[in-house]
Amino acid sequence: MDLFEYQGKQYFAKFGIPVSAGDVAHTVDEAIAIAERVGYPVVVKAQVQVGGRGKAGGIKLANDKSEVSTHASNILGMDIKGHVVKRVWVECASDIAEEYYASFTLDRAAKKHLLMLSAQGGVDIEEVAAKDPSAIVKLHVNPVVGLDGATAKRAAADARIPAKALDGVADILVKLYDCFVKGDCDLAEINPLILKPTGEVHALDAKVSLDGNALFRHPEWEAFRATEELDDRERLAREKDLQYIGLDGSVGIIANGAGLAMSTLDVVNQVGGTAANFLDIGGGANAELMTAALEVINSDTKVRSIFINIFGGITRGDEVAKGIVEAMRRVELRAPIVIRLDGTNADEGRSILAEAGIPASKLISKPTMLEAARAAVDIAKGKVG
Amino acid sequence: MAIFVNENTKVIVQGLTGGQGKFHGLRNRAYGTKVVGGVTPGKGGQDVEGIPVFDSVADAVKATGADASFVAVPPKAAPAAILEAAAAGVGFVVCITEGIPAQDEARVYATLKRDFPRTRLLGPNCPGIISPGRCNIGITAGEIAHKPTQGGKNVGIVSRSGTLTYQALFELKQQGIGVTTCVGIGGDPVPGTSFVDCLAEFQNDPETSAILMIGEIGGSAEEEAAEFITSTVTKPMSAYIAGVTAPAGKKMGHAGAIVSGGKGTAQGKMDALRAAGVKVGANPTEAGQLMAQIIASLG
Repeated sequence: MDLFEYQGKQYFAKFGIPVSAGDVAHTVDEAIAIAERVGYPVVVKAQVQVGGRGKAGGIKLANDKSEVSTHASNILGMDIKGHVVKRVWVECASDIAEEYYASFTLDRAAKKHLLMLSAQGGVDIEEVAAKDPSAIVKLHVNPVVGLDGATAKRAAADARIPAKALDGVADILVKLYDCFVKGDCDLAEINPLILKPTGEVHALDAKVSLDGNALFRHPEWEAFRATEELDDRERLAREKDLQYIGLDGSVGIIANGAGLAMSTLDVVNQVGGTAANFLDIGGGANAELMTAALEVINSDTKVRSIFINIFGGITRGDEVAKGIVEAMRRVELRAPIVIRLDGTNADEGRSILAEAGIPASKLISKPTMLEAARAAVDIAKGKVG
Repeated sequence: MAIFVNENTKVIVQGLTGGQGKFHGLRNRAYGTKVVGGVTPGKGGQDVEGIPVFDSVADAVKATGADASFVAVPPKAAPAAILEAAAAGVGFVVCITEGIPAQDEARVYATLKRDFPRTRLLGPNCPGIISPGRCNIGITAGEIAHKPTQGGKNVGIVSRSGTLTYQALFELKQQGIGVTTCVGIGGDPVPGTSFVDCLAEFQNDPETSAILMIGEIGGSAEEEAAEFITSTVTKPMSAYIAGVTAPAGKKMGHAGAIVSGGKGTAQGKMDALRAAGVKVGANPTEAGQLMAQIIASLG
């Protein structure tokens, strides 16, 4: 789950990382009220989860009330690379002496935490990495050891951060690491991390991505989930607790297991079709879950056929079959189902489907993934039979 | 021979009294696996269809001599359950639990490395391991796995995805090809056992003649495998990588399956494997057919 800048800054602040005084505004009046409270000059920043806000005119300095009003009204509602700005962050403008970069991620290859630190901040770190890899210090942190101030300070010195900023940077690195670990982040990034002329070090931006698996121990994340940008199909799927990603094609996909679902998309593509979605009903799919999955697919008006691809492990074929029969009783499906069922209790599942008396125009069973994909794509393209 | 497990492996199920633990623990036993005990704190002394339940892994190991554990507990409890098994001296721990936070996985992995280097963790979020006809730990439907043929050419399977693991077993069964061991390493960011670990074991297993590998988008495990194949693996291989059509920046169900910053694409992984001499199929069926050709060419 990716956070907006303002949420990232609020998250940072909880771990003691210094950020500029500011708040989020949904209207011009709110923006003015915040500016009056924190004091001029302020920066008005578009809150979108896409890069290049500044170039698009989504970040503006305002010296007084009328400038805040002008900028906030221009930025709110602005379209930045397909993202419509619904909120702005208004914060106290900072004087900047120097700009650095700092981030923590999990290095999957090393199976350790990875600090990336550079004295060249404020620009795209990928560009720095391409132009001058030696400008980025990479330090692995063992999760059972953690990061102490002395190690952080050495890393900062290695990154050629000047002496006057070392203590401030090291202090923030330790706090950012704490935020990354205890805050269950996939990514905690500050770019730029700034040195002010007065000598303080401070996070001027915040890029935070949270690990959805840790939601159970972070009830406060519910507020972040509420602002996630989902389309209607994705919102319905979330309500039903389904792993769903909306796509643009015409073959609705339901599969059990992420790998099989991905593979189903690939196979549909290979036989000339396009998938309308990714939907993994996961392990332990039952009648309730299958009904929910079909309801979500059915809400997508582009869907012309529904390909259910089940290979049973935890998922039991009889439960899947019961779910399909039940769902077809509850919902008038807009498109026919092509099903391929194998694995645990597949025979029982196939007999449940056969005995349910569903007409062949609504439910077609195919023995293999490829044949089922071809049938689903043919129906989606209007080539029935 | 098989890798990691064999017909003598004695298994306890952590969470045997829970829904998943009971269902799959009993199925594993019905398959012929030596399921010798279960662990549920507070339920020691009970039994599940004749399988004794213990309060702790240490008690279970002491009473049964178990050398493997099947962890089937929810995400909140799984990290502690894995470490409890390791602390009790269990050498092979299979964790099927889906939804463990990545920070917990990284901590468990590092703790095992530091404190319990002799314990191998398989998973989490994996289907488990099956050596057809000998041992099945996890959630694989045993009947879809073809037993290795005596004196014939048999295949080892390693996969990041659960259902694609079954798909692979199924494809080989359709082709009449025996399987020595099928290992599902799981789709999470920090798996306890990697492709490379499994490839090294298969390379050294005299019963395994060829290896089928199933990967997916995200991370660099397939690229690392390709390097290892180039340097060390002499047995012929086929592979399939899921997620060619996956959009960038979206987690495709698995916590680990994401293309980000142009890295971890299916195409990059397929290219790396092809360069290492692996025959790469465009779908699981094709990977199975390629394996059938490999086996036929081995005579």
